[in-house]
Amino acid sequence: MSLARTRPGATRAIGVETVGMTKIFGGLTALDDVSIRVASGSFHALLGENGAGKSTLVKCMMGFYQPTRGEMLVNDVQVDVPNPRAATALGIGMVYQHFTLVPSLTAAENLVIARVDTPAVIDWGKERTALNAFLETTPFRVPLDVPVSGLSAGEKQKLEILKQLYLDQRFLILDEPTSVLTPDEADEMLGLLHGMTKAGDLTILMITHKFREVTAYADDVTVLRRGRVVGSGRVEDLSIAEMSRMMIGETDIRESAARTAQPEKKLKLELAGLFADDDEELPAIEAISLKIHAGEILGIAGVSGNGQSELIEVLSGQRLLKDGRIFIDTRPYEPERRQMDRFKVFGFSEEPLRNVAVPRMSVAENMAFRTFDKSPISPFRGWLSPVPMRKKARGLIDAYRVKTPSTEEPIENLSGGNVQRAILARELSGDVDVLIVANPCFGLDFASVAEIRAQIIDQRNKGAAILLVSEDLDEILELADTVAVMSEGRITYQSPMARTDRATIGHAMAGHH
Amino acid sequence: MAETTEAPGLTVQSGFLSELFDRFRRSAEFVVIPLLALIVSGVLFSIFLLLVGKSPADFFALVWRGGFGTSFSWQNTLVRSAPLIFTALCVAIPARLGLVIIGGEGALVLGGFAAATIAIPMIDWAPAYLLLGVMAIAAMMAGGIWIGIVGALRHYRGVNETIASLLMFYIAVSILNFFVEGALRDPSDPNKPSTKPLGADNMIGVIPGTDVHWGLLIGILLCCALYLLMNRTTFGFAAQIAGGNLRAAQAQGLPVGKLMVISCAIAGACAGLAGFFEVAAIHGKANASLIAGYGFTGILVSFLARHNPLVIVPVAIFLGGIAASGGLVQRRMDLPDATVLVLQGLLFLVILVSETFYGRLSFFRSKGAA
Repeated sequence: MSLARTRPGATRAIGVETVGMTKIFGGLTALDDVSIRVASGSFHALLGENGAGKSTLVKCMMGFYQPTRGEMLVNDVQVDVPNPRAATALGIGMVYQHFTLVPSLTAAENLVIARVDTPAVIDWGKERTALNAFLETTPFRVPLDVPVSGLSAGEKQKLEILKQLYLDQRFLILDEPTSVLTPDEADEMLGLLHGMTKAGDLTILMITHKFREVTAYADDVTVLRRGRVVGSGRVEDLSIAEMSRMMIGETDIRESAARTAQPEKKLKLELAGLFADDDEELPAIEAISLKIHAGEILGIAGVSGNGQSELIEVLSGQRLLKDGRIFIDTRPYEPERRQMDRFKVFGFSEEPLRNVAVPRMSVAENMAFRTFDKSPISPFRGWLSPVPMRKKARGLIDAYRVKTPSTEEPIENLSGGNVQRAILARELSGDVDVLIVANPCFGLDFASVAEIRAQIIDQRNKGAAILLVSEDLDEILELADTVAVMSEGRITYQSPMARTDRATIGHAMAGHH
Repeated sequence: MAETTEAPGLTVQSGFLSELFDRFRRSAEFVVIPLLALIVSGVLFSIFLLLVGKSPADFFALVWRGGFGTSFSWQNTLVRSAPLIFTALCVAIPARLGLVIIGGEGALVLGGFAAATIAIPMIDWAPAYLLLGVMAIAAMMAGGIWIGIVGALRHYRGVNETIASLLMFYIAVSILNFFVEGALRDPSDPNKPSTKPLGADNMIGVIPGTDVHWGLLIGILLCCALYLLMNRTTFGFAAQIAGGNLRAAQAQGLPVGKLMVISCAIAGACAGLAGFFEVAAIHGKANASLIAGYGFTGILVSFLARHNPLVIVPVAIFLGGIAASGGLVQRRMDLPDATVLVLQGLLFLVILVSETFYGRLSFFRSKGAA
């Protein structure tokens, strides 16, 4: 790579076009005749639900997959991309959802080692001069001499983008780049990228499912559904409603149950000064005290990695509580089976196959986790009878519309939405007094998301006390009665939903409180 | 569009028959893959034999004759299978919890030692049934505590159970040697350091009409009982959850530590019983002959049987047969005794590799799985 080619102000963005891109995996057509044109210097959004083919498309463009049919053009010239290195050589780079930097190295070191031609002996004086000259050409500012582990998520994400620019990639594919950022950080980063595309320095193809980012920053949009292009055009010509209809098709989306007023405010779940360590035995949550009433959803917002997952683990018995007490109905509670049954505590979370299900066990077995030691599945103490287990599973599969070939299918073979529905059926089919939920809709399609949120509201209306941890602020805004913000292991902000707004919560998430 | 798969109400409701067929298809995987693994290891072993200039056909014919060809070789095979059944259970039960215990040999040695030791003060006065009962209980307790410690170390201190159980085997051997060559050595036996013999009257007899001791039958019954425990009880179900996904088990409030320790203790008790039968039915005393490698071959049996207690019985007989034919192979083909160990080692490697194919072969997956 040659920094000499970096001339400030030169129009260097490249345009990329796919023609009839098709990718078939075995019997599954993941991409079906997808043609999109991303003009040089444009900011193009790629919208679609999970499984719509967005990732497959960009993986074909990056050379990770070979398309079954179709071709790709860079600046109107047909190119072959047999592997990711070829994509890099063409100037096509990708920024992933998760960081790929080396945490123990500084930003400068990370940039220099990312090059293909890093010399065996690095002349740091020369490299610094070159780096500074390069940074002059970009609007991003990142401290160069601090180990990356000391940077904020926003700074890391900026550094990931800088790395691509430094490698002279002028067509950037961003895969949900803002999912780990606070709203303010996201706005800053997308604003800067938008400026660079306007100046003609860069072309951007951004995978996202946030309409707000599309309308605020993108010039064009392409919508994929089930592997096909179902719509595209200038963002200014399209309304959010239109884009949303393209994304989800004519599927009936379950209406969210109306929120009923909860007259009595009976204290149900109380967390009193909870402390716990993370896997490295460093403090992960400190002095968490919260009160949740019957019929209330308390939403905990926060940027990923601020102790939310540790809090959930403590409450569900997956992590040791170091100090503090949990009370339900003012009685002390410990997350062990008998007390879970007595106090009717239930819960579910993101990635159920990792957190609350056994992938290799069947749907019926997974659905019986709460009931296998009770009648009728256990007709007498210690014994387990598979016939009522399967019968019960059949009922739940119908009631919760779980799509599975049979009760005996290993649950790992179901789609994400159906796994989550199966878990919901297990956790919500009885009486629920306390519900502990973490990122329940992460990675799921629209229909499932709507269904799951409606179920949560249903439980609230029936009087359950619900603790909802979510990294998706919109989910908190939609569901919570009370919002709390978690930052660096502490609750830094709490307010009834009626008396706060998106901006205030966003600031609290960034640690300004 | 109309064919949206996620649309509510499109539940596929399968009938009873297709459900049955589905279960059959999935179980087929557990038969076909181990069979293929057996064939592959047979081929690899044939290559090995050709390299050392021997005929594979002769070898397999001899294995057949030495292991299963005559009623004499059958009985020899069955005698060797009995301890394999017990030691395989020592691997299979913890495997349900995701634990890989490879130190069953240690529990066998200690079980045999405990049985022989507790018998010493009773030999002269106790009736045989009482003596044998007490010995069996002592053997199970010794083995159970031994492997139970491994489970407790794993749960409470995070010590790797595979390494711990292996290292504890060496400790068990040292304990045996220390006492058998010292305080408990029977002075009347000048040849091999051993504990005091039980005496012929106190030994476990053979199943009438055969030379096979009752341990084989007890082992088969134990396999059935443990199959029921793991598949038809809440304990087995909870163990399966904990073995499949520890986080899920914790989220269900299951007592994971207790499950681990109890499963390991049951496993150790099985291996301890193997030691008991070796003492009470074969050797009549505890000495270094207890360390015959049954505990290690049991690992192979359990893996080959996919840790299914019912499948352990035929697999143990199969491997018992291979072991029984070792002597014949040695004499007729002028091959070292260790040749069958090469075969066992190859089998084990291929079995471990074949483990990675489960769930990967689309033939065994039911159609329509989204």
